Amino acid sequence: MTINERQDELVEEFSMFDDWMEKYEYIIDLGKEVEGLEEPKKTEEFLVKGCQSRVWMIPAFSQGKLHFEADSDAIITKGIVGMVVRVLSDNTPAEILDADLYFVDKIGLREHLSPTRSNGLVSMIKKIKTYALIYSAKE
Amino acid sequence: MFLVQYSNMNTTPLNIDKIRKDFPVLHQEVNGYPLVYMDNAASAQKPQLVIDTISHYYSYEHSNIHRGVHHLSAEATVKYEAARKTIQEHINASFDHEVIFTKGTTDGINLIANGFRGILSSGDEVIISGLEHHSNIVPWQMLCEYTGATLRVIPINDIGEIILEEYESLVSERTKLVALNHVSNTLGTINPVKELIELAHKKGAPVLLDGAQALPHMKVDVQDLDCEFYAFSGHKLYGPTGIGVLYGKEEWLNKLPPYQGGGDMIKSVSFEKTTYNELPFKFEAGTPHIAGALGLKAALDYCNQPEIGFESIGQYEGELLDYAMKQFESEGLSGDMEFYGTSKNKASVISFLLKGVHPYDTGTILDKLGIAVRTGHHCTEPIMDRYEIPGTVRASFSFYNTFEEVDRLIEGLKRVKKMFG
Ligand SMILES: Cc1ncc(COP(=O)(O)O)c(C=O)c1O
Repeated sequence: MTINERQDELVEEFSMFDDWMEKYEYIIDLGKEVEGLEEPKKTEEFLVKGCQSRVWMIPAFSQGKLHFEADSDAIITKGIVGMVVRVLSDNTPAEILDADLYFVDKIGLREHLSPTRSNGLVSMIKKIKTYALIYSAKE
Repeated sequence: MFLVQYSNMNTTPLNIDKIRKDFPVLHQEVNGYPLVYMDNAASAQKPQLVIDTISHYYSYEHSNIHRGVHHLSAEATVKYEAARKTIQEHINASFDHEVIFTKGTTDGINLIANGFRGILSSGDEVIISGLEHHSNIVPWQMLCEYTGATLRVIPINDIGEIILEEYESLVSERTKLVALNHVSNTLGTINPVKELIELAHKKGAPVLLDGAQALPHMKVDVQDLDCEFYAFSGHKLYGPTGIGVLYGKEEWLNKLPPYQGGGDMIKSVSFEKTTYNELPFKFEAGTPHIAGALGLKAALDYCNQPEIGFESIGQYEGELLDYAMKQFESEGLSGDMEFYGTSKNKASVISFLLKGVHPYDTGTILDKLGIAVRTGHHCTEPIMDRYEIPGTVRASFSFYNTFEEVDRLIEGLKRVKKMFG
């Protein structure tokens, strides 16, 4: 699936819910499903600095594709982080660099992308793009 | 329908319905619910009188002060100085020139920290407490770095109080300044400041109090406290942002050098020698926040009107606090909550965590329910480290909050518990 197909799939999943409560319950469920990282892997090196909830993200590069694992200490953030990983992970650096992440907005979670939420999500996306840039230069 | 029942619980003479009408911002919906504003410790809302005063000033009265012979300038000067007078009376300073207008608490603390650069040297000590806001930590760290002095920190106990014995053993002849908050923004603790000041004075050390969280809840008398400096912010006191006050004893303010150079703070300027203006102008370089000063005066006038008054404000807020704590218990929430800052002597601030739920998650869902609380470290990271937590959820009540709103908070928390449980 392309990045956009994955985004559309998420948007479709969320279209079933018509109130914020159900939407958040689903995000919480997604958050709980994210496997997360083992404690020793949550190091300073992989910490994405956000003020309130912390996000850890570990990249791996193999066979031309970037793979990400991520975790957060807040469940809502973890759910959203999980969605970002589901959309962006296992794509080529070039695809990731080109990606326009419209799903967050379409799902109605735009507020979580505002830098004032300080939930680490904005920084996380920036970091993913930075990794993509680094690996695309290596190719 | 609950009104009768609840108004009985309010034993103060405050007419809360009437007071709420004076705060236009409260009457709006957020995410489809009537707004419940419980982030007052971060910044309080403004009564119509403050808004009107500012609007009237810019509409009909604006001009620069202290410099014009013309009518508007003279009028604006009179009003600005009248604001200073109101503040002097409110905090019972000996002179109006002991009241310096600043941008806020942070600005006032930095002014003093800067002034002490010439006073401290290596071997000297500055004492703060483990309860301080970053703005009463970082300026002193910078001062110590600059002068080679040492920063000493009084530890706090489990319920969020300064440990007096530790303080006593820290103050010494080396102590050149003690800087403490009057009321903790994160834990609500009201410090026994009179006692703390007396102890410092015994060793000859001056004391600065950060009163950002005290002024909104209580009447403060700087002469009675006998502190050398007292800083607070207008915006937490139902006044405008960008204005604050630094009180200082005359002899100390005279001793300190000016903070910033510029217009208004000079007596005469030549390239050879500039002489500084006297107090308070020595510390008010440049065109000040005139509208802010007028707005702050309006906020104090509003609170000091006979039907309100800080005594009733404090008492009513205490009733809200007691009610909330009681309801957490009787609604079966207490067992799922961890409270931080449980001193007997505290302001209407409740810092807590729902067990197993990240404060960000709690705050996000409460916001969806129209309830504004603060989540995070509240600019007091050392307190979070002390309790080994990433942050808390903080609900802080003001005198326009109601018992019904406390119920909304409790319903909201039940909802959060269910969602994350
Ligand atoms: C105890 C305390 N001190 C200082 C400050 C800083 O105030 P301001 O940002 O208005 O300068 C605050 C505000 O958050 C506070 O709560």
